[in-house]
Formats: sequence, structure tokens, C-alpha cells
Amino acid sequence: MPPEVLQAERTAPGDGNGAVGRALAHDSARGHVQGTARFIDDVPEPAALVHVAPGYANHAARGRITALDLDAVRAAPGVAAVLTAADIPGKNDCSPVFGDDPILADGFIAFHGQVVFAVVALSRDEARRASRLARITVDEEEPRVSVEAGLASGETVVPDYQFLRGEPGADMKQAPHTGSGSLHVGGQEHFYLEGQVALALPGEGGAMHVLSSTQHPSEIQHLVAAMLGKPDSDVVCECRRMGGAFGGKESQAAQWACLAALAASVTGSAAKLRLDRDDDMIMTGKRHDFRVDYSYGCDDTGRLVAVDGALNARCGYSADLSMAVCDRAMFHADNAYFYPSARILSRRVKTDTVSNTAFRGFGGPQGMMLAERMMDDIACRLGLDPLDVRKRNLYGRGRDITPYGMKVGDNILPRLVRELETTSDYRERRRGIAAFNGSNRFLKKGMSLTPVKFGIAFTLKHLNQAGALVHVYTDGSVLVNHGGTEMGQGLHTKVAQVVAEEFGIGFEHVKITATKTDMVPNTTPTAASSGSDLNGMAAKRAAATIKDRMAALAGRLYQVPKAEVRFADSTVTVGGQDIPFAELAKTCFLERVSLSSTGYFATPKITWDRASASGRPFLYFAYGAACSEVTIDTLTGEMRVDRVDLLHDVGNSLNPAIDIGQIEGGFAQGMGWLTTEELVFDAKGRLTTHAPSTYKIPVASDVPEDFRVALWKSKGNREPTIYRSKAVGEPPLMLAISVFSAISNAIASLNPGRVPALDAPATPETIARAIRSMQDA
Amino acid sequence: MTRSSVRFLHRGEVVSLTDVGANETLLDYLRLRRHAYGTKEGCAEGDCGACTVALGTLQDGGLEYAPVNACICLLGMIDGKELVAVEDLAGANGALHPVQDAVLRHHGSQCGFCTPGIVMSLFTLYHAGGRADRQAVNDTLAGNLCRCTGYRPIVDAALEACDGTPRDAFAAHRANTTERLAALNDGEDIFIGDEEAGFLAAPATVDALARLYVRHPDATLVAGATDVGLWITKQLRALPKIILLGRVAGLAEMRETEQGFYFGAGVTHAQAEPAMAAIDPDLVELLRRFGGKQVRAVGTIGGNIANGSPIGDSMPALIALGTTLHLRRGQATRSMPLEDFFIDYGKQDRAAGEFVTGIDVPRLESDHVFRCYKISKRFDQDISAVLGAFRFTVETGRITHARVAFGGMAATPKRAAATESALRDLPLDDPQGWEAICKALAMDFQPIDDMRAGARYRLETAQALLRKALHEAGGTASTETRLVGLRPEDTERAA
Ligand SMILES: Cc1cc2nc3c(=O)[nH]c(=O)nc-3n(C[C@H](O)[C@H](O)[C@H](O)COP(=O)(O)OP(=O)(O)OC[C@H]3O[C@@H](n4cnc5c(N)ncnc54)[C@H](O)[C@@H]3O)c2cc1C
Ligand code: FES
Ligand code: FES
Repeated sequence: MPPEVLQAERTAPGDGNGAVGRALAHDSARGHVQGTARFIDDVPEPAALVHVAPGYANHAARGRITALDLDAVRAAPGVAAVLTAADIPGKNDCSPVFGDDPILADGFIAFHGQVVFAVVALSRDEARRASRLARITVDEEEPRVSVEAGLASGETVVPDYQFLRGEPGADMKQAPHTGSGSLHVGGQEHFYLEGQVALALPGEGGAMHVLSSTQHPSEIQHLVAAMLGKPDSDVVCECRRMGGAFGGKESQAAQWACLAALAASVTGSAAKLRLDRDDDMIMTGKRHDFRVDYSYGCDDTGRLVAVDGALNARCGYSADLSMAVCDRAMFHADNAYFYPSARILSRRVKTDTVSNTAFRGFGGPQGMMLAERMMDDIACRLGLDPLDVRKRNLYGRGRDITPYGMKVGDNILPRLVRELETTSDYRERRRGIAAFNGSNRFLKKGMSLTPVKFGIAFTLKHLNQAGALVHVYTDGSVLVNHGGTEMGQGLHTKVAQVVAEEFGIGFEHVKITATKTDMVPNTTPTAASSGSDLNGMAAKRAAATIKDRMAALAGRLYQVPKAEVRFADSTVTVGGQDIPFAELAKTCFLERVSLSSTGYFATPKITWDRASASGRPFLYFAYGAACSEVTIDTLTGEMRVDRVDLLHDVGNSLNPAIDIGQIEGGFAQGMGWLTTEELVFDAKGRLTTHAPSTYKIPVASDVPEDFRVALWKSKGNREPTIYRSKAVGEPPLMLAISVFSAISNAIASLNPGRVPALDAPATPETIARAIRSMQDA
Repeated sequence: MTRSSVRFLHRGEVVSLTDVGANETLLDYLRLRRHAYGTKEGCAEGDCGACTVALGTLQDGGLEYAPVNACICLLGMIDGKELVAVEDLAGANGALHPVQDAVLRHHGSQCGFCTPGIVMSLFTLYHAGGRADRQAVNDTLAGNLCRCTGYRPIVDAALEACDGTPRDAFAAHRANTTERLAALNDGEDIFIGDEEAGFLAAPATVDALARLYVRHPDATLVAGATDVGLWITKQLRALPKIILLGRVAGLAEMRETEQGFYFGAGVTHAQAEPAMAAIDPDLVELLRRFGGKQVRAVGTIGGNIANGSPIGDSMPALIALGTTLHLRRGQATRSMPLEDFFIDYGKQDRAAGEFVTGIDVPRLESDHVFRCYKISKRFDQDISAVLGAFRFTVETGRITHARVAFGGMAATPKRAAATESALRDLPLDDPQGWEAICKALAMDFQPIDDMRAGARYRLETAQALLRKALHEAGGTASTETRLVGLRPEDTERAA
């Protein structure tokens, strides 16, 4: 059943013609359902196009390359060129920050699947076939595959970092109860449906135009330019839309764009690289898997006194975005709970595996697993209802400073959790579940209600900026361009709604165009859920600038103060006169008033200083809560989700249909992460689940029929964000922790008092193992 | 008579192609040759459904639309069918098809990459007859991955649009399409290419197939291509000689016999369902979870058996039921118990030039209890970690005879000999006594660790499945022992 809010007239107030706050369809929806919305591989191919396929050493995970024999590759049918590190004219690097990700391996293989060479051929098929003919000899070394192996070697990709308040070790000893534990939290493959792809079009005088499925066109531009040894101004990167990204195209799109551009530069032809799905899964980074260790002290009611947590992240062979990801894990190791005394230690462990990267939530979900496992641990040990333990530990008055020193000023969670407790009928169902478990031998039920508090802003301060460009044409149509990218999250739709609202014109009059580095320069990645916060505001300012000029002209012509000029319903009302918006636009041209403007926005109040671990990293928090009920089969470890209730806070919703879509989709993706999606590496460091046949993301039947989703009735974000909305891209993913916790709750019923040793993902096998651990000894 | 072209119906026209590559996929034909970019490639291995198209096929004279993964469907396989891709749905005036319209209005697309495939799957549901319920929608979408939406809006769109009364252009043209497809199915053998260098052949009779395959024992037989397709798209194997089985009339036969049912090797999993239902409801559930609709629409019983995978789903169930396998080479035929066909990993008792013609599956007797369970990480469209199938003969509360077979536990689908004999004379009212028998399973199997499950889990789960089967045979309702696939007699009792 569609959530009720979709029937609502409007969810955010605006003063134009009401485009903002309406459940408008995604701007490309018509194209999506007809298959006419073009992805990069659907762009009609230029003549003389060549295709690029990456090649790697299929047997080796780590070691020096002692011989690289590419003769058979060169001799294969259709091959135009074979590229190695030596062919790169400029910098051999596609890393986002640290300069440690070679585009093509140069003498050393650092993980299984690392690209060593690239074949350029007349067809994709020929390129793929040729790529398998190389003979690469490697002086193989034993790879460090697991986080434990990495910890044992002591090597990290960035130094350890910690938050410390009080003396948790000593404070814990004073507490009436203590507990400790450890759990593995698995990684996650993005499985964007559209794989990595780039098309490079060589231009005049060495210029390069790159179409890339990327969340970060500016970075692609910079990396391609540096690789070619050219100024940034010679390279344009463009992205109309991605077929999903989820963080997997933030830094991970660059290598393929660079290789396509290199092939185009070497051959002089347009060059396309579209990764095969298996290669994509083997060669690109994933969500970090963590080993989470914790110990705590609490009082008789389950309220925490002190917490000592360690977040050991498997980062892979290079730093990539691991510093920021692991920082965000630390920022969320408290989730919604007050830790009076705390140490949060983060270790960024180096392993000889693909470099892990951004993934929706960006470390936050893994950090929250610490908090939520601890809540379940306390409830089990003390024999309390897990919801009571959670409620007792929520941030509240006088208990509102996070371990990193930021005050939680906008906390609505106590109210939000209480409301969900009521609407989900938690207490009554809890009794029903106890009765069910008492009378069923093989099947056991569990339920859990978990909160989410997620910090909004990039924790790297300089990323919190955005630009936009708006043109009004003389027929009244409007074109918007901004630095954000569209990956399905509806950003372009929301930004167009904002611009339509500003001008008081219909949404259909606002044209959205591809993100392009020659339209809006020096942009930051579309990530951290910040897309509409940043770009919506920048576009609004650009539109407001033009509107102000139009109003000034109208005021002058009709001799009224410009403040009295009103824009609504595609009409400009001035001095009792109604002028069509288009007519005023035309008049502006005739009167030589500019109808084009840029807009710029930088998020205020962000003062985080990493070195001193002080200041304010977030502008505000997004909140939500979820209640999930599951049944497990204790014979086999199989699990079914029976019912899910979600209540989520988006402030004033810019578009409730899109927001509901983010909530439901994020939840399902999080559920997959914690249940069926298992990344398996063999002892030689090879990923064995590199295809959808072995890596299982949720399908329709995994989402329960009884799925109740609602938006929190907000009075709007306390911070003056765009129409006082809240970011929604990432936070709902973490609502799925309720499913994991419910599974743990079902297992806990087998042996009250004992904490289930459940790791994530909770596959049937993992659940069976946890069940066994309840029965042993 | 031999024809050297592939012919199919598309947008009301007969398309006739003489230049069909033996390994050319339908997806490459659409995207590379026709520049029809609506159909997407998400995986090229039949698992994501982004490439779903509908094929209109005559089934017993009537027109049915089935979803097919174009990425692993060979172009030659669509001979005699109607091809419907996403571009073909909208009306002449650009009006959206009812399923497209519903997906749009319910906000069923986010990034939109899965959407064309989803629309095509829903198109087949729209034409399937009857108002769709949640279960039908789930089953229709089991082979369509969407990473963005969480499915709820797509499900709602499907429930609204698929109301059992198709009113689109395809419904209006039904009679005409049926007629034209009938005319295309001319019963001629197809042969494109060269006997030496390579060819695409699609014989129309079993005799023609037998002759051709004896002459070319190095050719690759292709039925549904749900296994072979991946050899082409993923292993990049060149298969110069292809013999398609889809047009061999005799292979698709299915009939009731004195002992039970005969299934021709070319019977698809979708076609087999009604007869399997007549044997036992657990087989229906097994089929429901065999791949997704796209896989079942073309994947065949013969292909599943001949492929010989230790994790193939139909074999343990068919072995437990006492199935006989029939083979033919040239004019010579032979038969054997199905379990004897599987010699070792990747090795079956099949001579060069020999092919599977069909199987005989005995029906259950009144004193038989049959149970079958599939264990996988995800319920729908996943490959088994373990699959257990049991047929107990029960007399006055005692097992007098047992056939037990497992998949995922050895290098082949395999019977559990030690367990079977330990089960003999076992009373069903004494669970204490069962534990020793569960241990016997450890003598029958030494499973391996892989990405689907560890050895320990496999063995313990096999034991758990035996225990579950015994509980159910002893009278415990499946509502108390199962999360999915409840047996109809138990849900009726509960209702
Ligand atoms: C997404 C997906 C999901 C799947 N899910 C499952 C599943 O849940 N359970 C499962 O068991 N399998 C599954 N499979 C595997 C596959 O679908 C089955 O094995 C199927 O039955 C194969 O049938 P086919 O007709 O497509 O075989 P093909 O691919 O056409 O052929 C398979 C093999 O059999 C040979 N062959 C075919 N017919 C004959 C014949 N008559 N005589 C001799 N040899 C013959 C071929 O030469 C080839 O070696 C799945 C596959 C995919 C792509
Ligand atoms: S592309 Fe994924 S099923 Fe065909
Ligand atoms: S809408 Fe993106 S995968 Fe379905």
C-alpha cells in the first residue's frame, strides 16, 4: 500500500506556485518506463569508436610483476592498442585524495583484480577476449585478506584516530554491570544496476570530453587532465544520469574514465569502456567490513556509564576515502545514545584486497552497529526489554553531548520513538511474540525497535559547497545546471522544483540538463546525502538573483517598489497588473537585463577541526526509527521478515514521493547488507561472490507485504536548510539495523540471559551458527 | 526441407534473418544491430532481469507471453515467436502502456536502469490472466533486481495494472498474432552456416536431431541456454556448432502414463509445473524457487539434468521420486535410473552424439510421504546451498522404505545410501531415535566449503532437513516447521 503521505496536498510551504512539497514524478520517469532515458552505453556511438577492456592477473593477489607478456594480446583479432603504465603521459593515479591508486599497476600487484593493462579493440567483444590472453608472471606473496590478518601485520592506510571523554576504563569498573563483546560486520557490494562506464571523445587541440557515470565529475576532470598532463580546462566531464551509484561511483568511476580517455588520446578515436559485471565486482571497492569490539559498564536499569569501543575497518590496499569513512563510523558509534564516558578508537587496517570505499551511510552504519549491539547485549544480560534499554539511553536534556563534543540540539528521538512504539503496537506484539515462542518448537520470532540519528554535512569542511547556473530564456523557459549528479535519488527533480517555486512557474517549464564541468566548475561529489541541501540552495540563489533583476525591472516599468512584485502561477503580478512570466522575460531582454546567473552556497556553522577533534562536524541530524519483526527457523537458520514499520524525519519534504522512495529503498538496501548480501574472499584473496548468482541483493519477496512507512510530522528543520527540508539519501539505510536486531532477539529467546553471537550478514548459515552458540556449553 | 533463416514477428512484421551468428545473443541483436537501447544489460548472466523482453509463443494453440533474459538467449531461439521489447509497448500516439503508466504513477522508478526489464516482466503478468496478487507479483519479479526502490511502489503498480483484463494493442491483435505465429511454425529444419566451419541448426524432429548430432558430436546442444548462455557471455567460449533443441517437436512432449508422468527433455520448468503439482506440492514450491520466471520460461528439465551440476535443483527431487532417464544416440535408445547418470563432477554417462530424450517420473503411492527442501541465502532466484528430497514409504507409523537424495553435498546429486538403510523400520513417533540416523548422513556425505555455505553448515543442515522431513512425516504441520512453501493441506487446515 502506498504510504499515506503521498495523498497529501503539500509537505513543504513555498510561496511560488507550489512545485515544492508535491509528490511529483521523477523528471525522467517517462523515459525510464519507456527505455528512452539514455545511459552512457545508450548514447549513439560515434563513428570509429574503439572499446577498452581491462586486464589483470587472474591468479595473483599480491607481488612483484616479474614478466608481462602481452604479445598474444596484441596479436588478437581486432586489437588496436594495448596500454600499460608506460603509456600514461602524465600522472598514473586515479585516487581521490592520497595519490595511491595507480590507474594501471606499475610493477607491483597490490590486490586480486588490480588492472595491469588495458586492451583497445574495434569491438567490446574482441577487447574482452584479448584481455584474457596476457601472461603475467608475479613473484607471489601471501596476501593479508581478513581484517584480523591486517591487524596482525599492524599496517594501516591512515593512522589510528580516537575520541576520548572521561576515563572509560576506570569508570566502567565502578559500574554495577559490565559486558563486552565483538562482532563482524560484513562489507557490501554496491550492485548499481548500471555498471561502471565511460565514453571519451577527443576534441580539438588535445581537448577531451568524457561522459562518465560518476558522482564526482570534477574529480574525473582533474584526474583525466593530470593523467594526460594537461590543464583542467582541456577536459570536460559530463554525466546526465547514473543507473544507481550508492557511493560506488564517488571515487570508483575515475579509473574507467581515465582508461577511456587514455585510449582516446592514444588512438585519436572515441573510446568506450563498459565493465563486465564480474570485472566490476572484482575490480571496484565496496563497503568496508569491520570487526567491532566493545565493552561497557551500565547501571541496574541498563543505562550506560561508560563505553570503550574499537572500530577495526578493513580498508584494502590503499587509502581511497577510508579516512573520512572511518571518521564517520566513529561519529556514529553512539548512534542515538549518550555515552557519559567513552573511548571510540578507529583502526584503518591495510589488507591486500580491493580498496574499500564510499557506500551509502559512509561508515555510519558500521559504527551504529556497535551501539545497537551493545543495547541488545545489555537487554539480554539484564533481562530487560531491549526497547526500554534503548529509550533509557537516548540523548536527552543534560545528556546531550556526543563523544566528539557536539551538542545534540535538535533531538526529536524520544518523541519519535514513542510515537513508533504506539503506532507499531510494540508492547502488544511483544506479548504475542513471547506466546508464539513459548508454543513453537522450531520457529521463533523476534522484534526490535531501533532509532537512527545521522549527522548531515561532509565531515571534510571544504566539501560543503555547491554552485548552480540558471538561465531564463525569452520564451520564459528555464534551464538549470548545478554541480550535483543524478543517480536515481531525484536530485534533479527536487532542484527543478525549487527553481520552479522561486520563479512561480510550473515544474514542466524548468529544464534539467546534464551535470557538466564546463557549466558549473569546481564541484564536490554528490554524496553525504547533501545533494539537495547544497545544490538546491545554490540553484535557489541563482534563480533569486535573476528574479530580483526581473522584479526590479517590472517595478521600474510599473513604478512600484520591487518588493511588491509577486511571482506565482507563471504570472508576475505588479501594481495590479498580471504579466505572463514569459512576457516579462522578453521585456528583460529588450531592456538589456541579464537573465542568467550563477548561485553559490556554502554550508554555515561547520567548524570541525580534525586535528584537535573539536568543533562542530554537522549542521543538523536526520532522525528515524524502525520496528521490525522476523521469524527464524531454528533447524536451518532461515529467516523471514514479517512486518516492518518505519517512521522517518525529512523535515519539510521537498517531494514526499521521492523521500518515501529513498526511505523504502534505503531500508531494503540496508536489509540486504545485514542479511543476504555476503562477500566471500578465498584464502588467496580472490572474491568468490563476484556475480549476482552468488551475491544476493534483496528481491521483491524479501520486502515484507506488511511494510508501513510514514514521514514524521515535522515542523521543519530547525536549521534554515532549503525549505527546511532534511537530507534523506543515507539515513534510512540504517533503519534496517532493526531487522538484524530482531533476528538477534529471536535467537536470544532460545536461552534467556545469553547474548547471541550473531555476525552480519545474518545469512542462514550465520544464524545457524549463532543458534549453535546459544546451545553450546 | 531445410530453411536457412531465422524468422520471428516483431512490431507486426515478420523479420527474416539469414545472417544469425551461432553465438549471437538476442540482447546484442537488439542493442548492437538494431540500436534499440531500451533493453539494458545489467549482468549478462541471466540474474538481474534488466534485459527482460517478452516472447509471444504458441502454447497448445494459444498465445502466451513469457519473460526472457535477452542477454543469455540466443537469437536463433526466437524463431517462430513474437518479440516484444520495451520500445514496442507504447501506443502509436505515444500513449504509455498500462503497466508503464502504473509504474510511473506509483513512482516505481528511481535510477530507471532496471525499469525497462521490470516493465517487460509486468507486461507478461498483465497478459497472464487473472487478477494478480502479491504472491504472483513477487514471483514475476523474482528475476528482476532493483537496487533503488525497495520494490514496494513497483508491487503496488503491478497490483493495480495487472487486473486480469488486458486491454492493450497486444490483446486486440491476439487472433491475428496467433495466426501469424502458426504460419511461421512451418516444421522445417533450420540450418545456417557451414558443416565444417560452424553452424546454427534447429532441427524440427527428434530423428533429424539424432542424425545431425551423430554427424557432429562436437556440436553444443542448446535448449534454454540458461547454462550455455553464460559459457558464451562469461567464459567467452567459442561454440562454433550450435544445435538448438527448442524446435524439436518430440522433445517438448509431456503426458500422463500408467506409472506417472513422462516429460520430454525439452519441457521447460514453467511447462512442467502442472504435472509436478499433480505429484506433490513440494515440487511446485521447488519450481517456484527455481531461478525466476525468465529462467523457468526457457530452462528445460533435460538441460538441468544434462548439465549435471551438483547443485542442480531438479535432480535430488527426481531421484528421490524414482525417476528413469531416457537417452538416444542415432537410432539407439537406452534408459537408466536417473542417479546412475551422474558419475562424477562434470562427468555424466552420456556418449558422444547421445542426448537426453526425456524422463519418466512415477507418481506417489498412497503410502508415500514426499518432502523436499531448498536452502539458499535468498529465498527467490538463488542457487541451493543444500537441497534435500525424501520419499518415505510409511506403514502404520513406521518407515518401511526410504529414498533420500541431496544436492550440494557431493560432487554430483547423490542418494544417501547409509541413511536410507538406517531409516528402514524407523518409527515416526520417537524423535529420540532419529538422532543416530541423522548421524548416518555424515557417512554418506563429505561436503565442501564454498561461497554458498561451509561444509559444517551443509552437513548440519542436511541433518536438520532429514529431521524436519521426519517430523512432518510424523504429522507435524508444515505451518510449524517452515517459513515458506507451506503445504496446502496445512494452510487449509489452519484457515
Ligand atoms: C539466473 C539463473 C538462475 C538459475 N537458477 C537455477 C536454480 O534455481 N536451480 C537450478 O537447478 N538451476 C538453475 N539455473 C541453471 C539452469 O537454469 C538450469 O540448469 C536449467 O535447467 C538448464 O536448462 P537449459 O534448457 O537452459 O539448458 P542449456 O543451457 O540449454 O543446456 C545445459 C546443458 O545441457 C545440455 N543439454 C541440454 N539439453 C540437452 C539434451 N536434451 N540432451 C543432452 N544434453 C542437453 C547442453 O548441451 C548443456 O551442456 C539457473 C540459471 C540462471 C541463469
Ligand atoms: S543483463 Fe542481467 S539478466 Fe540479462
Ligand atoms: S530504479 Fe534503480 S535499479 Fe531499479
